[in-house]
Amino acid sequence: MTAIPHEHGHAHHYTTTGLDHRKIAIWAFIGSECLFFGSLISTYLIYKGRSVVGPFPHEAWTNPSTGQTFPAILDIPVTSASTFVLLMSSLFMVLAHASVVRGDRKYSKIWLAATALAGATFLGFQAFEFTSFVHEGLTPRTNLFGSSFFILTGFHGAHVTAGVIWLITLLFIDFRRGLRPADAINVDLCALYWHFVDVVWIAIFTLIYLIQ
Amino acid sequence: MATTVAAPPRYAVPHTKYERGLWSWLATVDHKKIGQLYLYTAIAFFLIGGLEALIIREQLKGPNGQLVSAEMYNQLFTMHGTTMIFLVIMPMGAAFFNYLIPLQIGARDVAFPRLNAFSYWVFLLGALFMNAGWIVGAAPDGGWFAYAPLTTQQFSPGLNMDFWVIGLQILGLSSLAAGFNFITTIINLRAPGMHFMRMPIFTWMSFVTQFLLVLAFPIITVAVTFLMLDRFFGTNFYTITAGADPLLWQHLFWLFGHPEVYILILPAFGLVSEVLPVFSRKPLFGYPVMVYSGILIGFLGFGVWAHHMFAVGMGPIADSVFGVTTMLIAIPTGVKIFNWLATMHGGSLRFTTPMLFAIGLIALFTIGGISGIMHSSPPADLQQTDTYFIVAHFHYVLFGGSMMGIFAGTYFFYPKITGRLMDERLGKIHFWLTFVGMNLAFFPMHFAGLNGMPRRIYQYQANQGWDIENLVSTWGARILGVATLVFIWNFVKSRRSGAVAGRDPWGAATIEWTLPSPPPEYNYAVIPTITSRYPLWDAKSPELTADVPHTPEGEKRTDVSVGGKETHASFKGPSDTHMASEVAHPSAKELGIAMPTPTIKPLLASIGLTVMFLGLILKHSVNYQSLWLPVLLAGVAFFVVSLYAWLLSPLEPEHH
Ligand SMILES: [Cu+2]
Repeated sequence: MTAIPHEHGHAHHYTTTGLDHRKIAIWAFIGSECLFFGSLISTYLIYKGRSVVGPFPHEAWTNPSTGQTFPAILDIPVTSASTFVLLMSSLFMVLAHASVVRGDRKYSKIWLAATALAGATFLGFQAFEFTSFVHEGLTPRTNLFGSSFFILTGFHGAHVTAGVIWLITLLFIDFRRGLRPADAINVDLCALYWHFVDVVWIAIFTLIYLIQ
Repeated sequence: MATTVAAPPRYAVPHTKYERGLWSWLATVDHKKIGQLYLYTAIAFFLIGGLEALIIREQLKGPNGQLVSAEMYNQLFTMHGTTMIFLVIMPMGAAFFNYLIPLQIGARDVAFPRLNAFSYWVFLLGALFMNAGWIVGAAPDGGWFAYAPLTTQQFSPGLNMDFWVIGLQILGLSSLAAGFNFITTIINLRAPGMHFMRMPIFTWMSFVTQFLLVLAFPIITVAVTFLMLDRFFGTNFYTITAGADPLLWQHLFWLFGHPEVYILILPAFGLVSEVLPVFSRKPLFGYPVMVYSGILIGFLGFGVWAHHMFAVGMGPIADSVFGVTTMLIAIPTGVKIFNWLATMHGGSLRFTTPMLFAIGLIALFTIGGISGIMHSSPPADLQQTDTYFIVAHFHYVLFGGSMMGIFAGTYFFYPKITGRLMDERLGKIHFWLTFVGMNLAFFPMHFAGLNGMPRRIYQYQANQGWDIENLVSTWGARILGVATLVFIWNFVKSRRSGAVAGRDPWGAATIEWTLPSPPPEYNYAVIPTITSRYPLWDAKSPELTADVPHTPEGEKRTDVSVGGKETHASFKGPSDTHMASEVAHPSAKELGIAMPTPTIKPLLASIGLTVMFLGLILKHSVNYQSLWLPVLLAGVAFFVVSLYAWLLSPLEPEHH
């Protein structure tokens, strides 16, 4: 990784629309991802209330054979906090992009780092949530709720993880040789992806956590 | 034709390892080479899938067949369907997308050449993975539709469906990556003047297909991921005792599965829409209607999926809705049939081999379309579903439709790809054997099905009214087997000894025929400026395009410059008088054209991905179970490192 190219793709080549190829590709990718998350969310909603055994998301459940009681498992205050952090990360992302466009080498690093950090914080919240659910007796194998909840939020978490790695890569390049206004497209692509992942989370948070 | 040219063009002698031998294929990022890789791979799997079909037909040729066991029969019909759909017709489509789209839109390559190579290698490894089950004696056996919960661990223990689930997962990644690539290519690499309504119709149908790919494959990916997690990690998505819906898989699968039908047929429609005008010497009748009907088919294709599920008891409302939408989708499809007929009407027809196959598609696809409309009616479908009537229907659509179109395209574009024409006499023998064999094989299945013969049975009793039908079908399949051998012989032999094609052996109208055959690596020395839908005819036979509606720029259309100065002159005379220019072509370097650097990083990344999935399947193996996680993680690590190496290296040599 000694030579970091100054330009990926071929911005200097003729394109029909004048846009960078990657800009079009990422929109196609986001369109495709909508179907991906759409299928996962639909499955969650179809399976809502169909679990034969608990724990359940919004109501307590007593195991009839052991008499053990499981409280409603979703912790909405904690997840609201993590949602807030993720929303803020989108703001940082906008600021990071603006800094790169301006050629502001100092703030580009600060905001890229802040975005990555906020993403990582969200992932920390999710790791905490997942482990506490497992301790409370909910795993992907427990019931339909567990399967559809862990897979949906887990896939979203995987997207956030990929985004954090992408941000760290950009940060690395920024430290190595500096992101200049000509590199703004690289940050722009990451920002589009990041905002999309953020919007998907808002849908998930509303449909799964807030609506009972 | 083309007798004045001594040999196909030769390009600069290869001197680096990237330009010759095995390495030139492993490291290629050239869309034309990748297209050929798809083509050869798909033909190889056509032979394998065909062999599976022949064994099936030998087993069923008479009552109480003893050739194979029930278990083996399940594997054969599952792999026959899976192979023909995912490993033959789809990659055949990909072969033509790759080879033709950049040529037809006047580009030097696709938008992401390395991603393109990645798509091919992922496809190849996924295809091998899917077939690896044969080696361990556990090929997939749950049907190409793999209905869960039947395919969950409880009802399908063993590795069989593991290979299917993981193989399909890998193949899906290939299709998605290719879809993003071609959408970008078509939007962003059209030559100046190539408006959407001037794009060759094959490119248009491919464009619609790419949207179907990127919108339909996520759905099957989710369905297959659920099944994978159920099988390997004990989740409950398809566990009925845990409250799961037994129809979840069917809905997700057919939400993908019906658009998939159009993924299989639209490229073939595009190919025959290129062939028919050329051999009718007439512009395509109703070009805009052909485009709009293709788009409409794409949209409606997402709203008909439950016509595969009339027998599951969805209730009268759902049945009616899906019955009606299915009947609706027949309209744009019928429009295409009539437009092809109108294209031929009054034309000066030349019955070359590609033309025969194109006409074959019109005839045979129409039969399949009509039986399709028959089971769009739920009460009729209840009689037909799960019988050989359905088998007859989809073979008319997929063999009579997709494969006939692909053969038409293969004969038509073979000279562009190789520089030599395929043998016409052998081609006609191939066509007639295929046409007769296909009707003998599949038409009697309508009757067997209406007489009640169920699908997917490995034996049947005598005297149920199915005996003659099955015997005739088997003879038809044998004839198709012979036809395929004739095709292969022609395909291989013509490479060396076919008549030299020249640039434009058929008198075609679109810009790919201005290029030498085969084209140089950079395709166009000068990016052409497009002024009409049929630039070559405007220049060579303007009377043919006289009644094509004119756009403002189109008024000037006889004044075209296609392919820049170099080829402009060629339009004045016959296409095959270019002896001098055909022999020596400058290299990209000499012309100062920056082409992507060959690299094996996409291949390495696809290997990492496959090793990752290999690790997963080891989890169910007997001897290597403990290795599953290390292998999986090693695959992930190898993938990530290769991906970074790929993304951080420049596409082209550092500029000057
Ligand atoms: Cu369908």
